[in-house]
Amino acid sequence: MADLSTNFLGIKSPNPFWLASAPPTDKAYNVERAFEAGWGGVVWKTLGSEGPPVVNVNGPRYGAIWGPDRRLLGLNNIELITDRDLETNLREIAEVKRRWPDRAMIASIMVPCEEAEWKAILPRVEDTGADGIELNFGCPHGMSERGMGAAVGQVPEYIQMVAEWCKMYSRLPVIVKLTPNITDIRYPARAAKRGGADAVSLINTISSITSVNLDTFSPEPSIDGKGSHGGYCGPAVKPIALNMVAEIARDGETRGLPISGIGGVTTWRDAAEFIALGCGTVQVCTAAMTYGFKIVQEMIDGLSDWMDERGYRTISDFQGMAVPNVTDWQYLNLNYVTKARIDQDLCIKCGRCHIACEDTSHQAITSMVDGVRHFEVMDDECVGCNLCVNVCPVEDCITMEQLVAGADPRTGRPIDPNYANWTQHPNNPMAVKEAAE
Amino acid sequence: MTISVPAARDVKPGRLAPEEYSTNFSDLHPPLDRHEAFVEADRCYFCYDAPCMNACPTSIDIPLFIRQIAADNPTGAAKTILKSNIMGGMCARVCPTETLCEEVCVREVAEGKPVKIGQLQRYATDYLMETAATHPFTRAEPTGKRVAVVGAGPAGLSCAHRLAALGHDVTVFDAREKAGGLNEYGIAAYKSVDGFAQAELDFILGIGGIEIKASTALGRDIALSDLTADFDAVFLGMGLPGVNDLGLDGEDAEGSIDAVDYIAKLRQTDDLASLPVGRRVVVIGGGMTAIDVATQVKLLGAEDVTICYRRGQEAMNASEYEQEVAKTAGVTIRHWLKPKSLLRGEGGAIVGIELEYTAQPNGQLIGTGETMILPADQVFKAIGQTFDAGPLAGTAIRLEKGRILTDEKRRTSLAKVWAGGDCIFGGEDLTVVSVEDGKIAAMDIHAALMGA
Repeated sequence: MADLSTNFLGIKSPNPFWLASAPPTDKAYNVERAFEAGWGGVVWKTLGSEGPPVVNVNGPRYGAIWGPDRRLLGLNNIELITDRDLETNLREIAEVKRRWPDRAMIASIMVPCEEAEWKAILPRVEDTGADGIELNFGCPHGMSERGMGAAVGQVPEYIQMVAEWCKMYSRLPVIVKLTPNITDIRYPARAAKRGGADAVSLINTISSITSVNLDTFSPEPSIDGKGSHGGYCGPAVKPIALNMVAEIARDGETRGLPISGIGGVTTWRDAAEFIALGCGTVQVCTAAMTYGFKIVQEMIDGLSDWMDERGYRTISDFQGMAVPNVTDWQYLNLNYVTKARIDQDLCIKCGRCHIACEDTSHQAITSMVDGVRHFEVMDDECVGCNLCVNVCPVEDCITMEQLVAGADPRTGRPIDPNYANWTQHPNNPMAVKEAAE
Repeated sequence: MTISVPAARDVKPGRLAPEEYSTNFSDLHPPLDRHEAFVEADRCYFCYDAPCMNACPTSIDIPLFIRQIAADNPTGAAKTILKSNIMGGMCARVCPTETLCEEVCVREVAEGKPVKIGQLQRYATDYLMETAATHPFTRAEPTGKRVAVVGAGPAGLSCAHRLAALGHDVTVFDAREKAGGLNEYGIAAYKSVDGFAQAELDFILGIGGIEIKASTALGRDIALSDLTADFDAVFLGMGLPGVNDLGLDGEDAEGSIDAVDYIAKLRQTDDLASLPVGRRVVVIGGGMTAIDVATQVKLLGAEDVTICYRRGQEAMNASEYEQEVAKTAGVTIRHWLKPKSLLRGEGGAIVGIELEYTAQPNGQLIGTGETMILPADQVFKAIGQTFDAGPLAGTAIRLEKGRILTDEKRRTSLAKVWAGGDCIFGGEDLTVVSVEDGKIAAMDIHAALMGA
């Protein structure tokens, strides 16, 4: 079995699977169960300031979208930070960490943007024996209306300022949790780094309304006929999270900044993808909230088996391997020519490739050949867009094949084996002209 | 020839405990619930130029109605179905989908598990019939034209409904006490439970403009010449009232039974325990009627039921699926056997049947000369039904192989008269085909009446 242990900012855990700061990590009872199930670490549900705790709504806190068989695809919540008092949480964090010294214990914190507030809470968290802190600059609902959560995460200067306070008043490693509800994730990430943060974690949830009830015209979840945007998570958000992680991993200013990846991690494969994009650990919430803690067994076995198969001994053997392959569109090879190929033995003749191409793309797939229902790619029309591959219900029935010799029947141009991108293209007015001296 | 005559005949009603009747004759396929329908609908690929749609004799837009179910619009799905086939509810129950839409479903081709189109169709049509306050279609402005329809079976009712929708007034004559034709008198009981045939009839009549005149037979109570004189057009959908004989001595003996007749009695009785059931039963035939009577007699408590068919399994008209239904009920199906003589015991009643083995060496079916005997308290004949051309005698309506000859628009050789369903030459003895016949004829009648 591969070695799944991780060392993230000096925080060790037996595997990279942490539970994200969320309802599953709100109290000792849950966290103990998680550790018993095998989770490598937890980020304790966000702690607030001393004093009366926040209150939650007493109606539904979650909304969701499902596939036809009620598979949960996306979850949305309007729950706030922990609604238990600070003292109880701190005591339990200390107790659980003592009982599970080999697991990562991170405390998530969200207090008002005032130095005194942070100065007050940080030593108390440190006293618990927690391994690190995560600054919750992400929650898009409720707390942001009070100037916390995403309201901080959307202002890079605030991120930097709070990160600086945390480094000043605590010896613990600082992870800044980023909100995706911004236009360019690199700015808050850079600010975190400037503030001295040791790592970023992302993504927090995405502002969302899951659905509108067409009987009551209330957004869901509905609280007495009204709804408020919640934070969206689960499998549906993973592509958004992967991109944001990649943007930070390859940005000149933040390259090398440790990342804890969050967003729709449901299986070992999702985790491996986040790690390949540079993450040192991943955090999971929705999958656990859907299926319970046992899912970590699949994640551990799956990741280990895959690593064994590929000959990766440790997580760091493949960590970040995909980062160099993420680039800007302008650097993609325009001389790479592909055509769709339909495996006639696998084709079940549903015709979806044809109608997708015919109605919405390039009219490059037949529906009838010699009076017989037959779907075949016309190379002289195919632009290689991959839509047919994506709509085909049969795995591997349609594949993209690279043309390596001859000419592209669509353009008539010979296949050029050399790499060439938009920056060099004659149609680009900004192209670098070789002749220019 | 001496034969060993079995012991005394054993025919009696009430072979089962009272509660067994409702169990045995409950719905063959319990309806899908809403969630099951969602899951099943999601399996549909919404194919381009969908093979299922092309295989449906009534051309129901199957991908569209399934997508409507998936989008939680069962009413819209039902309208999509009913627009093409007003008997979508019954067809969902009785269509041999395994040889029509589901046979060509790309998922049948790919994985041997077609989308359950029939079940989904039932989900949608049941939903509409149970929830809709009014008939889903409205009639066009009255045309003042009157059309007579003979036969209130699937063809006649389909024709009547379409004509009514187009604004014509329709009178439907039927020889039987109840309208519905084979839906009411012929379909196996477990395929049409809870009085569905009458519920569907009421639903169809809900459009208005259709008058049913039951117990009124062509040739007995009315003449075709009266109809052509009194109405602007006539549609004949009388079905096949006769049955083929075995051509053996003793066919009228007690215990020799016409399967169609027996099924009609079974469908009409309020008390299944009242039907006489033999301990040992032989059914002669290879079509749906043979399967239906064998299965139902078995379900009524017969101990030993054997279908004997004179050719091989692949030649049977009953689909493989229907054969499976019979076998699951405990019916034995034997091939390459044809009836040779009916054996009668004391008082002349049936006690068994002598059968001759058959073969088909050069495409020609022959008896091999070798025989065998099956003891039987009841022998059901189900070897095909016949058209009764009597009521058409003296008219210019031409027949072909004993059935009414029509063109592709279902016009007969007599002006103002159209025909469709099982009674026409080329008819396929399928409810769904009859519905399509009625629809085609109605559209052509409309065109003719409106001078289009």
